[in-house]
Amino acid sequence: MSDRLFGLVVLMVALAFIASATQVQTSFLSDPVGPKTFPILIGAVAAISAAVMIFKPDPDPQWPAGRTFFALLVALIVLVGYAFALKPFGFILPTAVTAAVLSYQISPRIGPALLTGVGLSVGLFVLFKYALKLGLVPFPKGLFG
Amino acid sequence: MDFLLDIFSNLSLGFSIALSPYTLMLAIIGCFLGTIIGALPGLGPSNGVAILIPITFTLGLDATSALVLMTSVYYGAMYGGRISSILLNIPGDEPALMTTLDGYPMAKQGRAGDALVLSGVASFVGALLATIGLMLLAPLLARVAYLFGPAEYFALYLLAFCTLGGMASNNQAKAAIASCIGLGIAMIGVDSNGLPRFTGNNMHLMDGIDFLVAIVGLFAIAEVFFFIEGHGKDSAIGVKLGKVTVPWKDIFLVKWVMLRASIVGFIAGILPGAGASLGSFLAYMSEKSIAGKEGGFGTGVPKGVAAPEAGNNAAAGGALVPMLTLGVPGSGTTAVLLALLMTLNITPGPTLFTDRPEVVWGLIASLLIANFVLLLMNVPLVSFFVRILQVPAWILLPGVTMISFVGIYSLSGSYFDLLLMVGFGVLGFVLRKLDVPTVPVILGILLGGNMEDKLRQAMVLSDGDPMYLFSTPIATGLWIAAVLGFVAPMFLRGVLSKPQRHTD
Repeated sequence: MSDRLFGLVVLMVALAFIASATQVQTSFLSDPVGPKTFPILIGAVAAISAAVMIFKPDPDPQWPAGRTFFALLVALIVLVGYAFALKPFGFILPTAVTAAVLSYQISPRIGPALLTGVGLSVGLFVLFKYALKLGLVPFPKGLFG
Repeated sequence: MDFLLDIFSNLSLGFSIALSPYTLMLAIIGCFLGTIIGALPGLGPSNGVAILIPITFTLGLDATSALVLMTSVYYGAMYGGRISSILLNIPGDEPALMTTLDGYPMAKQGRAGDALVLSGVASFVGALLATIGLMLLAPLLARVAYLFGPAEYFALYLLAFCTLGGMASNNQAKAAIASCIGLGIAMIGVDSNGLPRFTGNNMHLMDGIDFLVAIVGLFAIAEVFFFIEGHGKDSAIGVKLGKVTVPWKDIFLVKWVMLRASIVGFIAGILPGAGASLGSFLAYMSEKSIAGKEGGFGTGVPKGVAAPEAGNNAAAGGALVPMLTLGVPGSGTTAVLLALLMTLNITPGPTLFTDRPEVVWGLIASLLIANFVLLLMNVPLVSFFVRILQVPAWILLPGVTMISFVGIYSLSGSYFDLLLMVGFGVLGFVLRKLDVPTVPVILGILLGGNMEDKLRQAMVLSDGDPMYLFSTPIATGLWIAAVLGFVAPMFLRGVLSKPQRHTD
């Protein structure tokens, strides 16, 4: 079932990709192949392979359910939040929070998770900033002068 | 004779670079980091090298230094991978799987130390022979590569996708989809004529998707999701390591095995796309059939430990041959190394050997040195690296994530790339769950642009006649090999079934 669903998604994306390829503007300097042919070929191969997957699916994998699914979702949300937070809030704080949450999702113990968060954030900051000289901003601008 | 003289003069150029204190230091750091990366479960050569590339790039190392550092990491990870295979029964990556088959049973019999030393020596033999092979073969292949026109290159890229999809995966359709995903992603952005494609008018996509973002997401971030799914179960230490002594008798016993496995592994490594997994697999399977039923392969025999390790490391060296001479990687990790070359603005190919000999030969000389450093690190100092295995997953994986974020963030400073990286992490998780290989995706992203350019150049040369793609013997040969590489495994799969992992 998973394979069929995935095949269907790939098929749709492939068709959309081909459709989008036909709309690509062609430059007046064009060569015999042009900018459309290769993407259309790729889309066609993907569509055929997707059809094979729909007709000959493999047995289903075991998908995460219940608590595991929830843990993955939390991790995903935290990572997306981290991506947005890194610039406005500096390195230390978002990193500590993200690392602690991730650590908690792998092994649910609050103490070690907090220690991991703080340790990683400070440790990596020192490593990156002073040993490797990357330009990281520790705290949000204006907070500590 | 000329040929050998050339090699010697080139090598002396190489050693003059490699033996400078700075380069030597980088090689040693690389070996050390690599062994740790290989040894840590959940951090194989490909994702280990992947997360280090953006950081190396931001450090502003020159091309030779960066290449020496990263290939030392690559070789080191190949050595280190055996440690978690043997002690924890967790292969760091696909090629290390074969080492678990006899390594783990041997460790359970209380011979963990012997297995580690033996596999370390086998790694050394395999990697050293392969580096020498690389040194002899790469300049020759570089000369042949001059004969390659656009038609040949197009067929060669196709061959890489076909062999990678055919041999390294369980389902051809899935491998083909993976390649198409990668190629499709490569099409995003401005094409060679300067017009945008598939950008959805998003400003961030005009330059295309940075392959480093995709690689780090697919390899490192996806791994984090897998660990969360498994709740870090795989992180407990499996087998205790006693005192480490050198089992001279066993090493002597497996000398021919190591030699044969190295040759098999090296040849498999050269095949574009097939790479290291095939190397260790063929090395193990051929030694198994030579030894016969009495050989006891799979129960923890020294030969079963030495063969895949020699094969694996020889293939790692062999995979550098097509990567450097043709720009076609032979494995997942060499695909990542190709990404490094492209980031450093080095175009691999025959011209690399004539235009920038200092890069190629500095690299080869450093690899020769790295081998000896690695032998030293992996035999007398192996207990140190075993202790590193005890870093629990709940510290390690958050650490990997943070390093990935910092690396990508310092490349572009844009939150969009970070989001994209997380997106690739999710994609990587779903794909691996569905048994769709992720290496072809990377290969597609890396080679897609070139592949299309070669097709277009070929068609300009022939004025639009598609038969031109098959017009030379080399091109035809590559097409036949590509079709065979894709189709043959479907029929061989019944005969050559992959041995599966031991489960306790």
